[in-house]
Amino acid sequence: MMQAVIQATMDFLKLYWAPLLCGLVIVAVLPLIVGYIVLVERKLMADMQARLGPMRVGPHGLLQPIADAVKLLIKEDIIPDNADKLVFWLAPVLSVGAALLSIAGLAIGPAFQIAKDINIGILFVVGVSAMGIFGIVLGGWASNSHYSLMGSLRSSAQLVSYETAAGMALVSGLLLTGTLNIKAIVEAQYNEGIWFVMLAPVAFFIYLVASIAETNRAPFDLPEAESELVAGYMTEFSGFRWSLYFLAEYTNMIVVSSVATTLFLGGWLRPFARVHFFNFLDYVPPLLMIGVAGYCLLRTPKQPSRVQQLFMLAVAGLCLALALVLLAPVALPIAKPLYAGIHGGFWFIFKVSAYIYFFMWLRFTIPRYRFDQLMRLGWQFLIPLSIVNVLVVGVALIVGSYFNLHGWSMLLVTTPAAIIALVVALMILAAGQQSSAGKENAPASDFYAG
Amino acid sequence: MPSAYLPVLLYAALVIAFPAVTLVFAKLIRPTSTRVGAKLMPYECGIPPEGGSRGRYSVRFYIVAMLFVIFDVETMFLIPWAILYKGWVAAHAGLFALVSMFVFLGILVVGYVWLYKKGALEWA
Repeated sequence: MMQAVIQATMDFLKLYWAPLLCGLVIVAVLPLIVGYIVLVERKLMADMQARLGPMRVGPHGLLQPIADAVKLLIKEDIIPDNADKLVFWLAPVLSVGAALLSIAGLAIGPAFQIAKDINIGILFVVGVSAMGIFGIVLGGWASNSHYSLMGSLRSSAQLVSYETAAGMALVSGLLLTGTLNIKAIVEAQYNEGIWFVMLAPVAFFIYLVASIAETNRAPFDLPEAESELVAGYMTEFSGFRWSLYFLAEYTNMIVVSSVATTLFLGGWLRPFARVHFFNFLDYVPPLLMIGVAGYCLLRTPKQPSRVQQLFMLAVAGLCLALALVLLAPVALPIAKPLYAGIHGGFWFIFKVSAYIYFFMWLRFTIPRYRFDQLMRLGWQFLIPLSIVNVLVVGVALIVGSYFNLHGWSMLLVTTPAAIIALVVALMILAAGQQSSAGKENAPASDFYAG
Repeated sequence: MPSAYLPVLLYAALVIAFPAVTLVFAKLIRPTSTRVGAKLMPYECGIPPEGGSRGRYSVRFYIVAMLFVIFDVETMFLIPWAILYKGWVAAHAGLFALVSMFVFLGILVVGYVWLYKKGALEWA
């Protein structure tokens, strides 16, 4: 009996060791990554506002995320008197669970994927990550506070409005791929030799705006507008529950940028993956890592204390090790088979980081929208634009196949299509603004109106 | 292939376990909470909350939810069409596929125009 159980377990592990390992790595590393995304965001914000940002914990504040995590773990936990205890407990778990689970469908390079063969890839990711809204609505409802309820209502209305536009943008992208499988989508972009962001720029733009709204980021961060609603749906959450919400929010950011990267930015492909002339780009990742390591070594003597010097040395060593790993498949013939896995992972993470950087850049640049402006942008601009875009991309594909166009020459038909879609949508928007200009003096809205 | 979803199921167990375990762990190491004064009141910047917080709210949220159902179901119908479209185009039947989707989206656009004229898409 015992033997049989052990045998079955061994067979099981033999079959599924790779996805299990990937899952363990994601669950273990993702909180740390999120912590460092927050640190990078604070540092960038500080830089753009001509300050220094966190500097105290570790050299240049590099250990700040760990200090924050410990602080949040040992913080006193408060559940308000009238709160619904069970839902209050469940809501953050649901939120973070949906966000983490949606990563299962994504592929970080061709080798690193949990659900390898599911044929609904993108649909799985989008569907599961949309479940996170339950966590937000239930959390706001359960805490029994005006601010929380208002934040969760706003959040649900906003997510629901932009979900449609994002879905339609994905449809325009899927027209070009003809499949939902993540691997096949990236392979389609490899075969065409062009990223779909070039062929469907309007769809990418719609997805970009909608993904910012869906992750509740500035300038669409109405649900947690701190100047109006304290912290929105998170107002009553403290300590580790709050950090679970935070984790869910940043994980969602990673998920939407990964979806955009996979469908529009060529996934794990190097820029110009099929052109041999650009093969020198394979040396960029290791050189980048060596550059970072060199900078760390340069800064080491300037650190004030012995511990900080050692820390800087450790960071430099880590970067050098990464550089060696990235260099091996290019330089050593024996490690050639690992090329796709290692460099694919690097380019994927690089593109996702660039997308997230763009999110942050927008946050520090553009002031927050008003709620009616937000809804108007979603319903009166993005949704008509996405409907028109689906149709014109369809027409462009037919015309392209009539003239037997492939790859870069497809631009001849898709660029006019994008321009037509934009012009039509702008005309609709202008018509709407003209008709609403007459009724500017609307009565003042009540508290729960949004 | 249902077996392809087995890793997802395992990962789902892991994902649910992670926040649950950390919440229990945090419970073990954090100080116990004390009830002092107005600490457990809903946070309203120090002012005692006025009335229950689960009051009535604007009907616009309901309208948006209903609109969402219409448009999102339509997106779901579009996805299988989008997947098959490339094959239809390759088989020189793209025009048929496009026209059928034009009809479907045309009906939707009529509805959209009606909603627009009614002011259902205006927030204020």
